[in-house]
Amino acid sequence: MNQTATSVVVENLTKRFGDFVAVDDVTFEARQGEIFGFLGPNGSGKSTTIRILCGLLRPSSGHATVAGIDVARNPEAVRQHIGYMSQKFSLYNDLRVAENLQFFAGMYSVPKNEIPARIAWALHMAGLDGRAQNPTSALAVGWKQRLALGCAVLHRPPIVFLDEPTSGVDPVSRRQFWDLIHNMVGEGVTVFVTTHYMDEAEYCNRLVLLDRGRIVAIGTPTELKSRYMKGQLLLIECEPLGPTLELLQTAPGVLDAAVFGSGIHAVVADAASMAPKLRELLSRKFRPGRIEQIAPSLEDVFVSLTAARATGKEVAA
Amino acid sequence: MSWTRIAAMTRKEVLQIGRDPRSLLIILVIPLVQLFIFGYAVNLDVKHVPLCIYDRDGTQTSQDLLKHFQATDYFDVVRVSDNYPDVVRNIDHGVCSVAVVVPPQLAESLHSSGQASVQAILDASDSNTASIGMGYAQAIVQSYSAEIQISWQQKQGLAAGAPIVTFQPRTWFNEDLESMANFVPGVVAMVMAVVGAFLTSLTIAREWERGTMEQLISTPVGKLEIQIGKLLPYFVIGITDTAICAGAAVWWFGVPFRGSWMVLFACSMLFLIVVLSLGYFISVTAKSQLGACQMALLVTFLPTFLLSGFIFPIDQMPVVVQWITAVLPARYYVSILRNVFLKGAAVRLLVGDISALAASAVVLVLLATRSFQKRLG
Repeated sequence: MNQTATSVVVENLTKRFGDFVAVDDVTFEARQGEIFGFLGPNGSGKSTTIRILCGLLRPSSGHATVAGIDVARNPEAVRQHIGYMSQKFSLYNDLRVAENLQFFAGMYSVPKNEIPARIAWALHMAGLDGRAQNPTSALAVGWKQRLALGCAVLHRPPIVFLDEPTSGVDPVSRRQFWDLIHNMVGEGVTVFVTTHYMDEAEYCNRLVLLDRGRIVAIGTPTELKSRYMKGQLLLIECEPLGPTLELLQTAPGVLDAAVFGSGIHAVVADAASMAPKLRELLSRKFRPGRIEQIAPSLEDVFVSLTAARATGKEVAA
Repeated sequence: MSWTRIAAMTRKEVLQIGRDPRSLLIILVIPLVQLFIFGYAVNLDVKHVPLCIYDRDGTQTSQDLLKHFQATDYFDVVRVSDNYPDVVRNIDHGVCSVAVVVPPQLAESLHSSGQASVQAILDASDSNTASIGMGYAQAIVQSYSAEIQISWQQKQGLAAGAPIVTFQPRTWFNEDLESMANFVPGVVAMVMAVVGAFLTSLTIAREWERGTMEQLISTPVGKLEIQIGKLLPYFVIGITDTAICAGAAVWWFGVPFRGSWMVLFACSMLFLIVVLSLGYFISVTAKSQLGACQMALLVTFLPTFLLSGFIFPIDQMPVVVQWITAVLPARYYVSILRNVFLKGAAVRLLVGDISALAASAVVLVLLATRSFQKRLG
């Protein structure tokens, strides 16, 4: 397989629903055999983009090719080459596990003599060995999602689109699901995945950060963290959080501040010189705990990028 | 077109129907219930009209006349009154629908003037029964007066003077004039319209509602493959229900069957294509199960019941309504059914109805196929 071949090309893609612009002039390329992540809050246009790429929605303008085929002109041809798992669980609850697999094997025209082996493979992959005759409705969410993935890739598609495959799934099952994705990629499959879990975004080879339909950043997780942070990051532990945050947001030298878990992340130009200044400032009113420089996470990048857009500030990238 | 995909779709649909108690209920119970309601309960034949008699004459002659009322199936004498208020009470309370009052001196005035009259009081709140009851009463009185005339003529030595013009009716096709024989073939159309359109109206709507459609249309399956695969099981169900209803009509209700079974089934398949496509179209358009099944009832059950000629004869309808029935496929099918069952009509006599049915099948199949798009929104 050619590792540098592009499998998805998207140019100036726009989708409008009436006055609402769901996807706004999006351009990117995905290479064969990579995990391409779409990260963004609800309503940022992740699902809409994936649906256009699967030929389920017609783009308003711009164009997209999947496996070299134009999705707007020839959606049926695209469907031969892709597997798609929609956001909502969408297998038949009133069918048994094996009946669902059998049905999708039929829909994807898996050759008859290969069907038993493919179904056995999918059952094994989903951890459903020995449960082929179980009613699908009785499966736990994690199992359902893996079964849905099994159904979507029965025909061994070279490109797979997964729309929030792990939402509502417990952490252990999420981990198992990502193991499956890594296995597929190991076999040369291109995987598109949308998520709003930041930890999952770290597993992607490349990421697109979407906010209100627009791409705000694109690159590997490492690139995003180094390139898009406009300063250094300080972790500040100080109670109470609310008043501390207010104080920090107006403090000179603090570019941005936001609550993360039980502490506050503050963006500053120079962490080493700012840390003592902030400690002194906070000590006047409160009793600050740790104040130290930390490596930014994707969430920090994301918050700082979307906050910049929301307040109209330009991102210094 | 891939037959393996169609087969996979059909298999899935059969499994789902088999596990859905609602569908099974519609498939099995609705035909039987309709058959028995229309076969037994709905009866437009007026017989055994409850009658009250009040004989104010009390002679041999008046008793002779009243015996004619007692002797017929059309009336049941439920009360014998001896005063007017009692007669009025019986009518008021619905004890009887018709009261016959014989005036005093009936026999005497017949002898003296050769003329007399008898009073009938009718409860016309049910106008149909009242007018039919009046007809019966008239006929009985007339035949009685004819008898008297003949016996007088004989007494006066005239040769047995038969009435001059007699009426000799021959009823064809439904010899016993039983409304059941008219209804039961129509029930086949009702069952097919309801079962066909109602069941299929859910099939696409259910997939949208449960979110399975998005997954389905992301696969390479063609829309024609979806349509054929989904409708095939309902087609088999529809044909089976037709066979059950037609069989029950002939062997249970004793409706005459004079035509060809082949013609019946060929036309039934045509009508099935019409109703299945209609149900499919509704299902695609409605996108919710509730909306779809309400719509299906509205466009199949009601028009088939009211406007197809199943119960109410089309040529008795206002002209505008008659035009409306022209676009109703069920009308042609009901007409074919009656002709095949009762008249044993040859195919060449059915050409008009069959072509109308075929035309509606073509239109609805196109409509159903066009309406479904493998896209969201």
